[in-house]
Amino acid sequence: MNSMIPWSILLVPLGSAAAITLFTRRSKAISSVISIAAVLTSFVLSCFLFHDPNLSAVQVNWIYFPEGFTVSLGLTLDDLSRTMLLVVTGVGSLIHIYSLGYMREEEGKSRYFAALSLFMFAMIGIVLANNFVMLFIFWELVGFTSYVLIGHWFDRDAAAEASKKAFLTNRVGDFGFMLGILMIWMPTRSIVFKDIAAAMPQLASSPGYLSVAALLIFCGAAAKSAQFPLHVWLPDAMEGPTPVSALIHAATMVAAGVYMLVRVAFIIQASPDALTIIAWIGTITALMAALIATQQNDIKRILAYSTLSQLGYMVMAIGLASNEAAMFHLFTHAFFKALLFLGAGSIIIMLHHEQDIWKMGGLARNLPITFLTFAIGALALIGCPPFSGFFSKDAILALAYEHNGLIFSVGLFTAFITAFYVTRLLVVVFFGKPRTTQAKASDEAPFVMTGPLIILAALSVLGGLGFFAERFLVLPHETEVNILVPALALIALLGGVAVAFAIYRDRDTERFDVALLRNRFYVDEFYSWLIDSTQETLARLSAFIDRWILDAGVVRGASGATWGAGALVRLIQVGNLQAYAFLFGLGIVLLIYFTVFH
Amino acid sequence: MLFLIIFTPILAAILILVGAPARRTALLASLFVLALALLAFAVFDPSGRYPFQYVSTFPILPDWKLNFSVGLDGLSLVMVLLSAIVTVAAVWFTDKIENYERGFYACLLFISGGAIGAFASLDLFFFYAFHELALIPTFLLIGIWGSGNRSAAAWKITIYLAIGSFILLLGLILLYESIPAATRTFYIPDLKTAAAAIPPEAQRNIYLLLLVGFGILVSLFPFHSWAAEAYASAPAPAAMLHAGVLKKFGLYGLLRITIPLVPMGARYWTWLLVLLLLGNLIYIGHVTIAQKKLDWMLGYSSVMHMGYIFLGLASANLLGTTGAAVLMFAHGLSIALLFAIAGEVRKRTGTLDFEELGGLGQVMPFAGLAFGFGAFAAIGLPGLANFAGEIMIFFGAFGTGWEMNRFHQFQVATVLGLWGVVISAVYMLRAYRSVFMGTIADRCKGAVDLRTSLRIPVTLLIAATLWIGFYPQTMVQRIAPSPRSSFSATSPR
Repeated sequence: MNSMIPWSILLVPLGSAAAITLFTRRSKAISSVISIAAVLTSFVLSCFLFHDPNLSAVQVNWIYFPEGFTVSLGLTLDDLSRTMLLVVTGVGSLIHIYSLGYMREEEGKSRYFAALSLFMFAMIGIVLANNFVMLFIFWELVGFTSYVLIGHWFDRDAAAEASKKAFLTNRVGDFGFMLGILMIWMPTRSIVFKDIAAAMPQLASSPGYLSVAALLIFCGAAAKSAQFPLHVWLPDAMEGPTPVSALIHAATMVAAGVYMLVRVAFIIQASPDALTIIAWIGTITALMAALIATQQNDIKRILAYSTLSQLGYMVMAIGLASNEAAMFHLFTHAFFKALLFLGAGSIIIMLHHEQDIWKMGGLARNLPITFLTFAIGALALIGCPPFSGFFSKDAILALAYEHNGLIFSVGLFTAFITAFYVTRLLVVVFFGKPRTTQAKASDEAPFVMTGPLIILAALSVLGGLGFFAERFLVLPHETEVNILVPALALIALLGGVAVAFAIYRDRDTERFDVALLRNRFYVDEFYSWLIDSTQETLARLSAFIDRWILDAGVVRGASGATWGAGALVRLIQVGNLQAYAFLFGLGIVLLIYFTVFH
Repeated sequence: MLFLIIFTPILAAILILVGAPARRTALLASLFVLALALLAFAVFDPSGRYPFQYVSTFPILPDWKLNFSVGLDGLSLVMVLLSAIVTVAAVWFTDKIENYERGFYACLLFISGGAIGAFASLDLFFFYAFHELALIPTFLLIGIWGSGNRSAAAWKITIYLAIGSFILLLGLILLYESIPAATRTFYIPDLKTAAAAIPPEAQRNIYLLLLVGFGILVSLFPFHSWAAEAYASAPAPAAMLHAGVLKKFGLYGLLRITIPLVPMGARYWTWLLVLLLLGNLIYIGHVTIAQKKLDWMLGYSSVMHMGYIFLGLASANLLGTTGAAVLMFAHGLSIALLFAIAGEVRKRTGTLDFEELGGLGQVMPFAGLAFGFGAFAAIGLPGLANFAGEIMIFFGAFGTGWEMNRFHQFQVATVLGLWGVVISAVYMLRAYRSVFMGTIADRCKGAVDLRTSLRIPVTLLIAATLWIGFYPQTMVQRIAPSPRSSFSATSPR
């Protein structure tokens, strides 16, 4: 049954962004109301859609050649997209509301809410797209809104740099993505997922070609989901407002890479080589990010690295060919990570934009709701039973245990590190004594901010429990119930917590200083060097050639000859440009006359 | 109707020269042309049954079968619409002119009328003559009202484009002479059957002349070095009109004349064109990155983006050429918007040096928004028109001569072209960051935002970009019948 509902879910936020940009830029209150109303509408409609699987939507031809090339805008309405819609619009609604409190004194509030609405539009578009080009369109659009929102405080140099870096890194990923789309299009002659799936034999006839295409598609996902080696933009993206970090850079957009991989899993799973590489990239990212997180002092950066690390787990699951496990972790992670970021946001705003954890301390007493909810999020993140993260991470670890012992051990070790740095964060921020006067004088956040925290905390508790999660997801099922994996995970968890607790209890400064980790394995430095030594050198060289050889040498030399002709004209004693131009025109006309008519 | 579209700007220019109020006449005329062009677009029959519409013909020299004949197919329709839109914006963005204001407006209108005339001509002779009519005022605008080293820049573009036009003329004459005398005609729609008799060797020579001639006009690598300097010295409205509209004449010529009339020549020289366009994409792309001034950067970026259009042309299939036409339209809008805003920035701060600018978004939020639209359109953000063109070009080019497991020249060119999208993002975002974002520079502190009336032309350009970006099919279905008559299928080989 065709219905307006699916398209409305997509278009209402776009309408909101347009209305705010065109009409209500000056009235901040109205802008925020429009934006929140739009996202709530999308959420409610998504609930309808979820409950009525028979709904369908019309398809529009965006580019259409009867000869056999069509880019259509059509919506996929399967279980995967309908569940993802609930997560995106649900978490999105909570964060919109939270933003009311967080951005209350903000000058560019209208711009902020317009961009937030545009983001919802783009993100919903990714979820619903039924073909590669449409997916790519919205894929780039979320990158654009992410750019706008990271650079929201564009007068700050750090934010300006971070937004540029985020967009450019994603462009590098999209280079591969688009190439992958083209490579898949030619043999299958289609960009629609359904038709490509049917035409897979053509693709699979050449395993090497298929592997390259699959990895190029993964390249796009790696940039969006910040996987090594394209992860460098995400920590810097924390320059944006914290609700943005929660919505875009934790719960939804960065998960879009994983979602996309699940959507095109039929391509990736046809290539064992691609799967192995993907699994290892996820594993490396998970471990590397967790290690870096242990040496960071900015509360948002610690959370950003934990996001990287958890995304690594999801990509690992994709590489181990389990969509269910990846989606399950995506689902729980969206709740607890949004919760953690929003909790961090309420700390940051109550401490007047302080983000250094060593300038906090003892906040459990002053911000009790924030503390309790943050603690729930943290327990979910480290995978403590019975919080949601335990079940989803256990599913991935069990999967790794079945398929690849090495990946499993690294995953287990990462779980230990995760428990360590999260406990460090909790202890330093909430326990002990306040280390600054600001921390001492802090107060609980208003209800518009704590309300979403409480809801997200509830979801972080429930999200992993079978009776709740099964309504939304196909849970990964383990071939044999294995008690060893959760037992090992629990040991790693307790070990991490105990070590961190022993080290950081009652400390006022960092105990260790590991330069390699503090400097993020020097990846950013390496990239700066790489870009400078390749692209920049090439640019300078090209500019030099263009100016001093091509232009000065060849062109000036050639024009010297023409100057001779100019001197001829000067004999006729007309010195100004108009006359030259006139003579020039006249000459052309004469030339035509003589060559053609005689 | 088409007569009105062509001659209104020219008539208005003459009226201005003899004493009509310059700005008001120019604005009214360009708005009138825009309304007519939109009407022509709206009632155009896209079915393909009538390849040329709004045709009218006046005999000039019956003995030589020389007629003044005009008409529009989808391709020229789109170009005329682009000219009309950019003319309105360019006229609107013309500020108070200190000396000889009438001349300035008249020049703008002559460029506009000449460009529209060239696009609408169905006759080879007037096709060329109208372009010359548009070219001369461009030289004057730079030489008289330009900034910086304007006379050197004016000379350079004059000599360069004169040589280009001359080579083009030679090519056209050779083409005409190669046709058997009995079927010789200037009427472009008839030329196609007549030109089929040209032997392949002659086609190769003609194609080479036409490619170089048209190529110089479009700043095809390595004939590009006039472009950035001329645009940097030109007053903003002149840069908008030339980069946005007049430069497209060369591409239009390749699509209208070269590819349909000497297809065998085109096929023979494909490798050369691919090589040169990669020069535009990669080499010029890097030159653009190294620029230190906004106007030079924009000038080079427009040279670079020609590479994509050439890629669409070179792929010689329906998808690629239609994409090229869409991108011609889209690029015209975005580069006009960018030059317009850059001109306003220069007016306020007295410089376009990246080192001396910064944080302008704080004091000029609307200009920042407008430039952002232009920049993101130029780097192919979906939802804006350029993306629609680029995606068709990439699909068209990648499919040309495709074989599984082996990349040939077009696949390699597509890969490099895709990398070019990264390159353009690098220089555009760097420029945007250093001009509009970050801490505010001293020179920028007193700058005021665009005056309210200037929001209208900006909105016009953005609206057109969004329209094609959101729903390219309106344009695609009108353009496609035109290349469809030259290429039967999606992939010719």
